[in-house]
Amino acid sequence: MKYNSVFDIIGPVMVGPSSSHTAGAARIGKAARNLFGKQPKWAKIHLYESFAKTYKGHGTDFALAGGLLGFETDDPRMSKALDIAKANGLEIEFFEDSASVDHPNTARLVIGDETDQLELVGISIGGGKVEITELNGFELRLSGNHPAILIMHTDRFGAIASVTRILAKHEINIGHMEVNRRDVGKEALMVIEVDQNVEDTILKELEEADHIIQISKIVS
Amino acid sequence: MFRTVAELVEIAQKENILISEVMIRQEMDVKEKTRKEVFAEMEKNLQVMERAIDDAMQGVESVTGLTGGDAVRIQKYMKEKTPLSGHLMMDAVSKAMGTNEVNAAMGIICATPTAGSAGCVPGTLFAVKEQLHPTREQMIRYLFTAGAFGFVVANNAFISGAAGGCQAEVGSAGAMASAAIVEMAGGTPQQSAEAFAITLKNMLGLVCDPVAGLVEVPCVKRNAGGSSLAIVSADLALAGVTSKIPCDEVIGAMYRIGKQMPSSLRETGEGGLADTPTGRLLKEKIFGMTM
Repeated sequence: MKYNSVFDIIGPVMVGPSSSHTAGAARIGKAARNLFGKQPKWAKIHLYESFAKTYKGHGTDFALAGGLLGFETDDPRMSKALDIAKANGLEIEFFEDSASVDHPNTARLVIGDETDQLELVGISIGGGKVEITELNGFELRLSGNHPAILIMHTDRFGAIASVTRILAKHEINIGHMEVNRRDVGKEALMVIEVDQNVEDTILKELEEADHIIQISKIVS
Repeated sequence: MFRTVAELVEIAQKENILISEVMIRQEMDVKEKTRKEVFAEMEKNLQVMERAIDDAMQGVESVTGLTGGDAVRIQKYMKEKTPLSGHLMMDAVSKAMGTNEVNAAMGIICATPTAGSAGCVPGTLFAVKEQLHPTREQMIRYLFTAGAFGFVVANNAFISGAAGGCQAEVGSAGAMASAAIVEMAGGTPQQSAEAFAITLKNMLGLVCDPVAGLVEVPCVKRNAGGSSLAIVSADLALAGVTSKIPCDEVIGAMYRIGKQMPSSLRETGEGGLADTPTGRLLKEKIFGMTM
């Protein structure tokens, strides 16, 4: 089921005017920032369909900026987020893209700084709820509402077992898990949604497991 | 976990509990939280709703100037004259519109189920409250009942204008409010379902056609429609009127209608009222000025 909490329906508490276009956009921006692990220096944001047609009126632009700055949906600074981003050295460009997409409220964010870059596609499915559907070219399905661990690893036998063994040892329950690879034996992405936030010490332990390349996490 | 309204009502009947109680127990179970925690979280949402209505009654105006001030206007009218549709009805309408005026002015609101439709549930709650005198707990339960029905719609159809038109937003919000009013007024779980069905049936086919793509025109006044219809349907259900088409089938119809709506009528600001001469003129004016 797409929605599993009453607070997806009665909530979120947010700065207006649109739950999909403002609150949802802020959550997509925040997910991108969390995955990047730091504040980006630049962002190129492509908007599609309803997002592209109405982003100015709905404040989708400042909401995405607010999310990249780490704002929650009810942050009173939200409507000033574009100015705050500029003042904090974050350059943002928006593009109205006419390509056809599966969901009417779709945004593609390419963010980065001098050394790193991340590309993410997010959809806003209604009432402020969002899903991340693509990360660095990997398809996935990640609701921003649960804490999650994203693990880039080499596509080898034992990689998944080594990760789940560590999670089991720390009594961390997996709510949803998927694995996606580009090609046999190449880079693969493991996405694990969990019930509680995962401590950094456990992430360190995961990083040292077999065949692991990189780890990031999303805090709910 | 309930997936349909039929299942929701069945659980309530079998265990002899309220719809709100079914929702509360499920939330505790899914999120592994205590009753106290779940209530505290909803109390916070209730406070946000209360504050938004207070703000609206002071008078607000959106950046574009398109909306704001009507909630105050209606309250003034209610003091000076006797509203034809009755005091409670106009009180609900003014509080529902007021909440959406605050939303349009980029104030802080609680999405129920969305921001554009955020007026229906609190608007009716704070109006009906004056007549039914509920406890604070009953007011919080009102939100859980509304949430339980919204939960079914969100999982079986949609709640966003971009996906399913305004019927999915204000249609769902008004219907959720109907079901909650029935419970607060002492109706049965089945009567809540009847009220929900009757409101949603009257909202089927409603398109999402915001002028200039803004959540202002016609959104604020559609919350007047959603909240007043919610009260009418609740009264019908409490009187014993039933819906010939069962609640879940009405939700199914709403879903199929939304799927058939062209994208110009799903929150792109391209069709309907947005595409009237005045709608186009307003858009030009607004985007010609600095926001």
